[in-house]
Amino acid sequence: MHKEDQPLIFELSTPGRVGYSLPEMDVSETDLSELLPEGFLREEEPELPEASELDIMRHYTALSKRNHGVDSGFYPLGSCTMKYNPKMNENVARFNGFAHLHPLQDESSVQGALELMYDLQEHLIEITGMDEVTLQPAAGAHGEWTGLMMIRAFHEANGDHNRTKVIVPDSAHGTNPASATVAGFETITVKSDENGLVDLKDLKKVVGEDTAALMLTNPNTLGLFEENILEMAEIVHGAGGKLYYDGANLNAVMSKARPGDMGFDVVHLNLHKTFTGPHGGGGPGSGPVGVKADLIPFLPKPIVTKQDGVYKFDYDRPQSIGRVKPFYGNFGINVRAYTYIRTMGPDGLKAVTEYAVLNANYMMRRLAEYYDLPFNRHCKHEFVLSGKRQKKLGVRTLDIAKRLLDFGYHPPTIYFPLNVEEAIMIEPTETESKETLDAFIDVMIQIAKEAEENPEVVQEAPHSTVVGRLDETTAARKPILRYQKAE
Amino acid sequence: MKHRYLPLTESDKNAMLESIGVSTIDELFSDIPEKVRFAGEYKIKPAKPETALMKELAQMAAKNADLKMNSSFIGAGVYDHYIPVIVDHVLSRSEFYTAYTPYQPEISQGELQAIFEFQTMICELTGMEVANSSMYDGGTALAEAAMLSAGHTRRKKILISSAVHPEYKDVVRSYAKGQYIDVVEVPHKDGVTDLEALKEQTNDEVAAVIVQYPNFFGRIESMKEIEEIAHENKSLFVVSSNPLALGALTPPGKFGADIVAGDAQPFGIPTAFGGPHCGYFAVSGKLMRKVPGRLVGQTKDDQGRRGFVLTLQAREQHIRRDKATSNICSNQALNALAASVAMTALGKKGVREMAVANIQKAHYAKKAFKENGFDIAFEGPSFNEFVVKLNKPVKEVNQKLLEKGIIGGYDLGRDDSALVNHMLVAVTELRTKEEIDTFVKEMGDINA
Repeated sequence: MHKEDQPLIFELSTPGRVGYSLPEMDVSETDLSELLPEGFLREEEPELPEASELDIMRHYTALSKRNHGVDSGFYPLGSCTMKYNPKMNENVARFNGFAHLHPLQDESSVQGALELMYDLQEHLIEITGMDEVTLQPAAGAHGEWTGLMMIRAFHEANGDHNRTKVIVPDSAHGTNPASATVAGFETITVKSDENGLVDLKDLKKVVGEDTAALMLTNPNTLGLFEENILEMAEIVHGAGGKLYYDGANLNAVMSKARPGDMGFDVVHLNLHKTFTGPHGGGGPGSGPVGVKADLIPFLPKPIVTKQDGVYKFDYDRPQSIGRVKPFYGNFGINVRAYTYIRTMGPDGLKAVTEYAVLNANYMMRRLAEYYDLPFNRHCKHEFVLSGKRQKKLGVRTLDIAKRLLDFGYHPPTIYFPLNVEEAIMIEPTETESKETLDAFIDVMIQIAKEAEENPEVVQEAPHSTVVGRLDETTAARKPILRYQKAE
Repeated sequence: MKHRYLPLTESDKNAMLESIGVSTIDELFSDIPEKVRFAGEYKIKPAKPETALMKELAQMAAKNADLKMNSSFIGAGVYDHYIPVIVDHVLSRSEFYTAYTPYQPEISQGELQAIFEFQTMICELTGMEVANSSMYDGGTALAEAAMLSAGHTRRKKILISSAVHPEYKDVVRSYAKGQYIDVVEVPHKDGVTDLEALKEQTNDEVAAVIVQYPNFFGRIESMKEIEEIAHENKSLFVVSSNPLALGALTPPGKFGADIVAGDAQPFGIPTAFGGPHCGYFAVSGKLMRKVPGRLVGQTKDDQGRRGFVLTLQAREQHIRRDKATSNICSNQALNALAASVAMTALGKKGVREMAVANIQKAHYAKKAFKENGFDIAFEGPSFNEFVVKLNKPVKEVNQKLLEKGIIGGYDLGRDDSALVNHMLVAVTELRTKEEIDTFVKEMGDINA
C-alpha cells in the first residue's frame, strides 16, 4: 500500500481536460432558450472534475490499492460470508443479453431473462424448502421488511389487527428490529440462555395474541444451531404467529436442513453472501424472499410464471403487498447467483456447507486455547470468541482487530453479537485453504502473546496501513461530508 | 469433492477433523435434530463445467433482444446512455468489488474516498448540501424520502404528483403502508402537476409534496410555484430527479428542495433489466442527521493525515436497532462507484454536453413525429422524453417495431386507461439521426 495521501479527484482536475467521447451531434440544434422555460437553464456549472482518461484510471487504481477485498487476502468477517467471487459470474452478468436489457421492453423480447429468473426461483424454492419465491428485494434488510409486510398483510387479511409485535432474539442482526419498526411493528426481545440459544422459557413468556412473528437466524449469530427450533415453531405457531428466517447464515446449512422443514413460514436469502454475488464495497446485494403456501397471495408483484413454455410477469395478484422495488430486483446479482448455483450443482452446494463448517470448527478449536470461547460446542459456519482475557491485559478487541491489519488480514466482525463481551466473530468460508487458515491462526496466537508480553504493539496498531487510527469523534462532531473547493 | 472453488484436499480434511477431535464432518452437524435434517441432495440441476455452462448461459442471453443490437427508444426511468469504457475497467478492480462495507477504515480508504467523491458529485449536480453513499434505487430512495418527511414533520400525509414514475409511486405506497402514512395523488394537467389541485389538496397535515423533475412524461414542472405551495404549509419539498438532466437544468436545490432523491443509472450503469441501479439521496443541511443509509466523512489520523470514515452512524440500524427510522444496510456501493467514474470521465463539460444532446435529439425526434402527422400529447418543454399518440395499441406497435430491430417506447396505457395508445418515447444522446428518422418512418408505416 502507498503511504502518501491520495489527492481527491477534484484536486487533480485541470480546466480544459476531458475524459469522454460523446456521440456526434448529428441533428440540427435549436437554441436552448427556445426549448427550456425561463429560469430552467442551469447557470452555475456543477464542480465536477476535468481529467484525461489515464489520469482517471491512475486515480482509481491508486484508490483500489488502498482497499482490501477478498481477492487481496483473507476476509473472515463474521456474518458476511466473504467467500470467493467467481470470475465467471462477472463475465456472464456482462453478456449484452443480460446487461443491456430494458426492464420495460416487450415480454416476448426478454424470454431468456425471464427463463433465468424463473429457474432461479425454482432452485431457491428447492434450496429453502419453501413454496414460492420473489426476487424483487434488493438486499437482506429489504427482504426482511418485505417478509414482515407480507406477514402483516396475512394477519390483516384474517382480521387479526392486534398482532403488532415482532419477537427478536438479543443476538439478532440490527436489521431485524429496524425492519420490524419500518414495517410498523413493535419489537420484543427474547433472551438467549446459557448455551447461547433462544431461551424457551422466555419465549413462552413473550409470545401471545399480539405476536405477529418471531425473527430468527439459524444457525444464530453465535454460529450455533438452534436445536429447539421445532419447539420454538410450535410455540410461535401455537400462538398464531409466523416464523421468519433471516437467511444471512444459510451457508451453514445447505443440504443439511432447510428453513421450510424447520417450520419457517418466510425466509429471505442474501444472494451476495451464500451465492457469491460480490459485496461490491457495500452493495449491491439481492434479497429474495421465499414463503409457504398460505403467504403466496401476499408476495410483491410481479412474479415470473411459466405457461405453455412462455414466461410471463404475473401482475394479477389482488392481495399482493404491492411493489417493494421498481422493476424486478437486482437482476444482475441474480444472474451471478444463478451462474454460481449451476456451477456447483447439488453435490457442490452440499460440499460448500460441509467445508464452511469444517473450516470454522477447525479454527475455533485451534484458537480456543488462546481466546475465551463462550460456548463450547460445535459451531456451524462461524464462531464467536471473546476478547475478555486480553481486555484484562489492557488490550481490547478493537486493538486485536487493528493489529490484524498489520499482517494483511481483514479483521473479523467485532463487538457483535451484542450478548458476548468483546466479541470476535470469525467466518472463514469454504473457499479458504488450510494453509490460509493456519497462517491466520498463527497470527491470532502471536497477537494473544503480544497482548501478554508487549501490549503496546497491539494497542497502537495498525503500524503498516496507509493511515493510522482515524479520529471518528471529530468526524461525527464536525462532519465534513463533501469536498469544498478552497476559496 | 474436487471443485475449483473448494481447496480442501482429503488429507487437509483428515488433519482438520483430527485436530477438532471428530472422525467425520457429519459429526459437526449432530446438533441438527433428526426431524429437521435434510436427507440426500437438492433436486436441482447438476453442476456443469465452466465452458458448457458459459455456452448455455450465452444462449439464454441471446434469446433476449438487447439494446446494443437493437435501436432503443424506451426510457421511463431507465435509459440507454453512453458508458465510458473506462467505467468497467475501474469496476473490475477486484479490490473494490470483492470488498464489503468499509467498516475498517485503515484498509478501506480507497472505497471510502471514492464514496466521499460520489457524495460530492451528487451534491454538485443536485445543488444540495449533503448526499449519502447510495440507496437501492430511485424508487426506494423516494420512499425513504417520504418516511423521512413524515418523521421530521410528525405528519402522516404525503402528496405525490401523478406525474411521478408509476412504479416509484407504488413503492412509496408500499413503504407508507408500513408506517401508517397516507399517500394522496395530485392529478396532472396536460402532463404537469396541476397547481390548482395541489393548492386545494395541501394543508398543514402534509409532510411532503413530492414531484419528479423532469417528470415521468419528460416534462419540466413549475418548480418555483410548487416549492412555494409546499413551504407555505411547512411541508417538505421532495424532488425525484434524473441527475443527468441536472447537467443542463437548474438544480432542485436552487428551487429550495429539502430532499432530492433519484437514480444515478444514467451515469455509467447499464440498464441490466431493471437493476442493480443506484439510488441517491441528497438533503439540505438541516436534515443531515436524518439521512438514511451510510455517510462517509473526512477526518484525520493520529499523525494528522487526511482519511475517511463511515460517520454519523448513530442514525443507522446496527446502532439504533428498533429505534432506527430506516433499515437499509447493504446499499449499491459498486454502482455508486460506476456513477462516480462516469461523472468523472464526463466531467464538468461532458455532463452538460450529454444533457444538452438529450434535449436536442429528443426535440428533433418530437419535431419529426409532428412533421409526419403524429400528435404529441402533453406538448411543452421537456428533457429526453415525450408522448406520442397512436391509432393502435402500443404493445402491437412495439411488437412490429421489434421485427425491424427497434425497441419502441413505454405503453402509458399500462398505468392509466385515459392514456391507452399513448407511447412515452425516450431519445438519448446515443441515438443517431438515422436511427431517429428510421424509427419515425417505421412508426408512420405501422400506425397508418
